[in-house]
Amino acid sequence: MRSLHQVGGCLDHTPQLNDTFLNDGEVPTDTNQGGKAHKPSLPFRGVNRAFHGRRRLGVASTLGLPLLWMLGVYVGSLLLLMVSSLYELDATTQKPSSTLTLANLGDAFTNSSVVWVMARTTILALAVTLICFLIALPVSFFISKIAWRRARRGLVVAMLMPLWAGYLVKGYAWRAMVAPAGGRFAADGKGGGGFLESTFGWTPGYGRAAIVITLVYFWLPYMVLPIYAGIERLSPSLLDAAGDLGAKPLRTFRSVMLPLLLPAVAAGSIFTFSLTLGDYIVPQLVNNGKEKFMFGTLINSTLGAPNQPLAAAYTLWPLLIVVLYLFAMKRLGAFENL
Amino acid sequence: MRLSRFSRASLCAMTVLTLVFLYLPLLVVARLSFNPQKSVSWPGWSGYTTSWWGKAWEADGPRDALVNSCKVAFAAMLIALLLGSLAAFAMTRFKFFGKTSVSFLLVLPIALPGIVTGIALQNTFSRTIDLGLFSFKVGFGFHSLIIAHATFCVVVAYNNVVARLRRSSPNLLEASADLGAHGSQTFRYITFPLVRSALVAGGILAFALSFDEIVVTTFTAGSGFQTLPVWIYSNFSRPNNVPLVNVMATFVMLVSIPLAWLAQRLSDGGDES
Amino acid sequence: MRTTRTAMALLASLSIVVAACGDDKASTSTAAPSTVADTTGDTAAPETTAGETTDTATPDTIGGAVDYMWTPNADLLAGAEGQLNVVAWAGYAEDGSTDPAYDWVTPFEDMTSCSVNVKTGASSDEMVQLMQSGEYDGVSASGDATQRLIAGDEVVAIDTAEYSSYADIFDGLKLQPWNSVDGKPYGIPHGRGANLLVYNTEAFADGAPDSWSAMFEPGGPADGAISVYDSPIYIADAAVYLMATQPDLGITDPYALDQTQFDAAIALLNDQKPLTSQYWGDYTVQQSSLENGDVLAGTTWQVIVNLAQANGAKIDAVKPVEGATGWSDTWMLSAKAANPNCMKLWMDWIASPWANSQVAVWFGEAPSNAKSCDLDGMAEHCDTFHASDEAYWKDVWYWTTATEKCLDGRTDVKCVPYTKWVDAWTTLRS
Repeated sequence: MRSLHQVGGCLDHTPQLNDTFLNDGEVPTDTNQGGKAHKPSLPFRGVNRAFHGRRRLGVASTLGLPLLWMLGVYVGSLLLLMVSSLYELDATTQKPSSTLTLANLGDAFTNSSVVWVMARTTILALAVTLICFLIALPVSFFISKIAWRRARRGLVVAMLMPLWAGYLVKGYAWRAMVAPAGGRFAADGKGGGGFLESTFGWTPGYGRAAIVITLVYFWLPYMVLPIYAGIERLSPSLLDAAGDLGAKPLRTFRSVMLPLLLPAVAAGSIFTFSLTLGDYIVPQLVNNGKEKFMFGTLINSTLGAPNQPLAAAYTLWPLLIVVLYLFAMKRLGAFENL
Repeated sequence: MRLSRFSRASLCAMTVLTLVFLYLPLLVVARLSFNPQKSVSWPGWSGYTTSWWGKAWEADGPRDALVNSCKVAFAAMLIALLLGSLAAFAMTRFKFFGKTSVSFLLVLPIALPGIVTGIALQNTFSRTIDLGLFSFKVGFGFHSLIIAHATFCVVVAYNNVVARLRRSSPNLLEASADLGAHGSQTFRYITFPLVRSALVAGGILAFALSFDEIVVTTFTAGSGFQTLPVWIYSNFSRPNNVPLVNVMATFVMLVSIPLAWLAQRLSDGGDES
Repeated sequence: MRTTRTAMALLASLSIVVAACGDDKASTSTAAPSTVADTTGDTAAPETTAGETTDTATPDTIGGAVDYMWTPNADLLAGAEGQLNVVAWAGYAEDGSTDPAYDWVTPFEDMTSCSVNVKTGASSDEMVQLMQSGEYDGVSASGDATQRLIAGDEVVAIDTAEYSSYADIFDGLKLQPWNSVDGKPYGIPHGRGANLLVYNTEAFADGAPDSWSAMFEPGGPADGAISVYDSPIYIADAAVYLMATQPDLGITDPYALDQTQFDAAIALLNDQKPLTSQYWGDYTVQQSSLENGDVLAGTTWQVIVNLAQANGAKIDAVKPVEGATGWSDTWMLSAKAANPNCMKLWMDWIASPWANSQVAVWFGEAPSNAKSCDLDGMAEHCDTFHASDEAYWKDVWYWTTATEKCLDGRTDVKCVPYTKWVDAWTTLRS
């Protein structure tokens, strides 16, 4: 148990939500082993008992402030944003007027070009998620089961560190990586191309491919982390048993590992999916601006139009999709963890 | 599960490639910060100058932005630590109705796309909020940025503290109570030392998260307030400022990564104690 | 040697942290930027430094004391708030950080103790949005923004007595429809310019273009490498071209388009899409593309051309025969200004001869102050930019907000209002 806790230790301190959100709640499940759920008691039961009579006071005094903050500042703002989408834009001043209208919502959900951008962005987010998964799975498996035992922790930390290099810094780094060679008429000394172009003579250039690569780069650690933790939790005897029963590695993987890992993948996908969905900065960094490719860009430019009510209506799209996605993933995780 | 030599080798290769994928771009930027040319074109491995570091050191823009980033991150960290650890205590100590929703609520600000959070907060801060008894307007500036950053940093502090509390033996507290300690004594001698390193780790990560944030920041910073990411954002495409952006980007990495590593060590260390 | 440099760099980075995070009173007004830039380059410094970005005229900054030709209004100075927040076009408030030779913010700050915080707006639309936030004291608004700002009560009329520079403004810029209401001025004219056609001189080696057809007709040397301004206002550029090429449409003002005319403009822009390699919102994006040769023709601002040429871009720019869209900018005072005195001082300063000449040269536009043209080295600039040549501006269509009531005086039809322009542009771009 001790070693498991230690590995868990380095996993609990990253800004990702699998722990908080999926495994959290009445039953802390981070000590589950091999899917065998047991109900650990609340660690502070003793104190809880001592506080019995003052439980309400206790809850209020500890949870009150954080709850007030999150509801007042955050949920309140989201609600206010929804309300603001119901106002008509004054055509002369381009400010929200006091007239109520459903036109903005109608535009957001029925205008085919808007829906199309949203669909395209959702597909992109799913693609990024899939690619992250395809990379994270073998890598996590290697670190957890094959790598030299003493190197494992180091490898996991190495996978996580780039998370902290700064969002913009990393996006900028990819700008420098994929910069295409200049045209025939480039200024002298300009347009030499980025690292990929001048080292390998090939680059995806700015555009869709670069956007996908950069987003995968951003969110990959978020996927590696929960999958690694999930594999760590798998009992080795389970895999051995599958092997003893004659399953080939691929079969073991498909029929034993993957189903057990699903909650972990779900947890990782929340970030890869939802953060991709609203991104509008990556398209600026590694796109030449030929196409309004991502939904975040559309929201941002509508806000700058300026048409605040319409932009607010547009934000309902990612808001809805992400919240639905969160619930779906929560259900998936909770279901599998039982 | 038995894997062939080949499978093992390819998994190993894949991991190595992934690490290269993760670190190469960072190395490229670090190298570009010593590039004599003013461009993102790759100069190869020869030809170095430290003059851009000197220029960045002299330039007011990035330095003021850095100071602002430090201030905001520090203030947001303090608030996030307070709110996050309070929530963590509540979640591990008590059973109450709607408990799962609380963790959902805490995680929402970083799970929702930054642009949604950003526009929502911008909209709120720009309005006069009338609460009947009194009305107020948050407005924009240092304070609005701190409020916004604290909101999405809470979850980081919370995660660290809650994980530590969960892994701590409840017996310690029971023993303390059995030995006749008051609640406050238990907190001072048992609970606080228990979570101290988790607080430090959570604080560092909250600081780093705030220090790096750009999307919510652009919407809630208001006029005349630049953080380092905002400075990079408004300069990355200016050909004349590319060298300074390279330097500042490298600088951010040099600050953030060791900090994150330190946080990792601290939280691991707390485990063994 | 390499180790030493790396160590130096590490040391430098460490000291930045210490100084920056430790000392938040990093003073902004001590060392003169120009001396700073000269002393920092070490032996390995490259030949091109940040200080040499443009080769155009630099009005009298050499030789120590500069005559700034401006005295702050004493009453305003007495009430100066210590800072101001402005929304400005890129290059309208330079503090020497881009090029130490161009700094009209620092002298202002020294003279008034008003520190200047600048928010760069990429388009008129964005500027309107920023001003609506009420967070800014003033704005350098183009004609399409001014009308929305006045209608929305974001800005207030000014008392010209408070501005010593106002008297020297060219008459052709005073009390124009875009900067006044009922004979009351709503700001201080800043300067004007035309959106130009930029082209790569090598790609167009067989003959420099003199028509927007380089951007609209397929098969030209720049086919597939066109750079278009990413704003709904660009629809007017298409209308300007249609005025010349399809006179049957009867367009007399590119901002007064009825539905038929508007549809024709949108159709033209859709046809332009395959020729396009870039829609630029941020001027720096176009600048890099011009330098890298990714863009061979496009619509541009003179300031972009200057910046790119300074970096060796093989480009030139021309005002095409069809005429062009353009801007006439006005500094306006926010109705919610938290720092009105500092803002008024700034408006007076930016329109004063020396500061106005600096910004006109840097941005590449015609100054608004007649006395700017009398300064050393400015005569040529004023000539190039036709500062006092009203005839030149005849076929320059200043950015204006389209309204349902046709701006060209037609009453038999309704024109397409600007909000519809925005919708059409969004559809075009998504």
